[in-house]
Amino acid sequence: MTGANKIFRAVFVMYLAIFTLYLFAPLIIMGAAAFNESRFPTVIPWQRTTLQWFKAMWADAAMWQSLWTSVLVAICVVVVVVPIGTAAALVLTSLHARARSFAYGLMVSPLLTPGVVIGISTLILWRQMGVGGGIFLIVLAQSTYIICYVMLMVMARLQRFDRTQEEAALGLGASRMMVFRRVLMPFLKPALLASGGLAILQSVENYNTTLFVRGFETPLTVFIATKVRTGLTPAVNALALVIIVATVIGAIAYEVARRRQAARKLP
Amino acid sequence: MGDLFNRFGTGLSTVFLTLVMLWLAGMVLAPNLMMIDYALRPNLPPAALGGPDDTYSLANITYLATESVHRVIFFKTIWASALVALVTFLVCYPIAFWMAQRATTGQLAIAMLLIIIPFFINEVLRTLAWFILLAYRGPLNSVLMGMGITDAPIRWQGDGGVLAAMVYAYILFMLLPIFNAIESLDRSQLEASRDLGASRWKTHTRVVIPHAKAGIATGFVFTFMLAAGSYVAPSLLGSPGSRWFTEIIYNWFFEGGDWNRGAAYALVLLVLCLAIVLVTLRIARVNLADVAK
Repeated sequence: MTGANKIFRAVFVMYLAIFTLYLFAPLIIMGAAAFNESRFPTVIPWQRTTLQWFKAMWADAAMWQSLWTSVLVAICVVVVVVPIGTAAALVLTSLHARARSFAYGLMVSPLLTPGVVIGISTLILWRQMGVGGGIFLIVLAQSTYIICYVMLMVMARLQRFDRTQEEAALGLGASRMMVFRRVLMPFLKPALLASGGLAILQSVENYNTTLFVRGFETPLTVFIATKVRTGLTPAVNALALVIIVATVIGAIAYEVARRRQAARKLP
Repeated sequence: MGDLFNRFGTGLSTVFLTLVMLWLAGMVLAPNLMMIDYALRPNLPPAALGGPDDTYSLANITYLATESVHRVIFFKTIWASALVALVTFLVCYPIAFWMAQRATTGQLAIAMLLIIIPFFINEVLRTLAWFILLAYRGPLNSVLMGMGITDAPIRWQGDGGVLAAMVYAYILFMLLPIFNAIESLDRSQLEASRDLGASRWKTHTRVVIPHAKAGIATGFVFTFMLAAGSYVAPSLLGSPGSRWFTEIIYNWFFEGGDWNRGAAYALVLLVLCLAIVLVTLRIARVNLADVAK
């Protein structure tokens, strides 16, 4: 290896190290600050290690209220987006080339629309009909773009579907409804479960869209953002740490389940 | 359409079509049309609605052009979002190249995991993490002062903080499309380029980047759009001097009480984003269908 290459390699390794630090330092500091007694969340100076902020978080009724709001919204979103997203994928794949590319453009357009605009347009439309911001509008506004994700995931799975299976079932005397329920749905099931999981994640973490249609509701993200501006204590860090640990465990469990399923199919 | 009815029968097909129409007409088209309607009407007291003053005009949109503070913030948001996209690209490109062409399978798996984990964590929490890191008496300033790099704490809140947090938030949207594009580049092309005497720089500018053009364009489009439409980073990490266009829109709705002007501003933001998306994709000759992957 030449000298120039060695230097290049060293610089690159350093860049990788800085990049990793950039990715994780903010999260680690945020998590660590939850254990520091200091009233403003920080790690320097370290005053005393304490669990008091976890207790404070646990005792915060407003936090539980906002968590409940987020969970309720997420459940409703899943119920709305999975059927509509699946229907959209099925309708789209049965269209002919020209109509298909037009419909496709329309169907992915919410992904190219800034989140605040989705919230604003939903709010305006429903105010016109006398409905103000609240759970209903949050679900509706979030669903508008989360449906796109479901549609794309179901479409990806549909591409690997062998339609002769449907014909075989029809030939054996199954009704169309039965073919749908017994042949297509079981095939789509992994995609439906995965898109349901993604929908929950997207719903719980949304802020930009939710902010405009929330009315007097305070979902978790709004709760946290308000705390940052009005009175940040490490109790918020404690909450953040719990959410992070829960998401990482969820992500790993999901990945393990996916690999196990993939491994089962191989032989 | 006939195919749909053949395949699923009348009952199921009707259900599917109804669901899709509810979404497209009720949740995508109607809200946007109503927003356009709002944007083109003046803000009137309820009594004057439908009266002689209730006419369509571009007044709310031209207001943006004449109100100098808003106009400055609008253009600043555009160039700052472009800057976010550019910086994100510069940060991501070497990693993407390394992951796609140089890393072993094991290294790749670890790198993917490390990059994806922060993105499972929601944007508000990621911004909060930066808020704490960059606080005036926070860890970053303590470290810098401890190392003797600065004497007094630096006020990061403002443009610098917003830039750092936004780049952080959108790394994945830039990295994955570029990674996918570079991965499909045949390694023999890199070897050929080197054997023919091209420098490392030339290999990248003449071989890798042209090949990855579609992925890079996709990354730029997404990052720009997300940055321009972001509310959380500028509202938590910004300062009065670094206001974002979305904050102005928010104020029209919830503080200024002029929904019509707010709708007009939101419409401008939407049109801007769509225009940037379509022009960039046209220039890079990328299909919309490839972007959504």
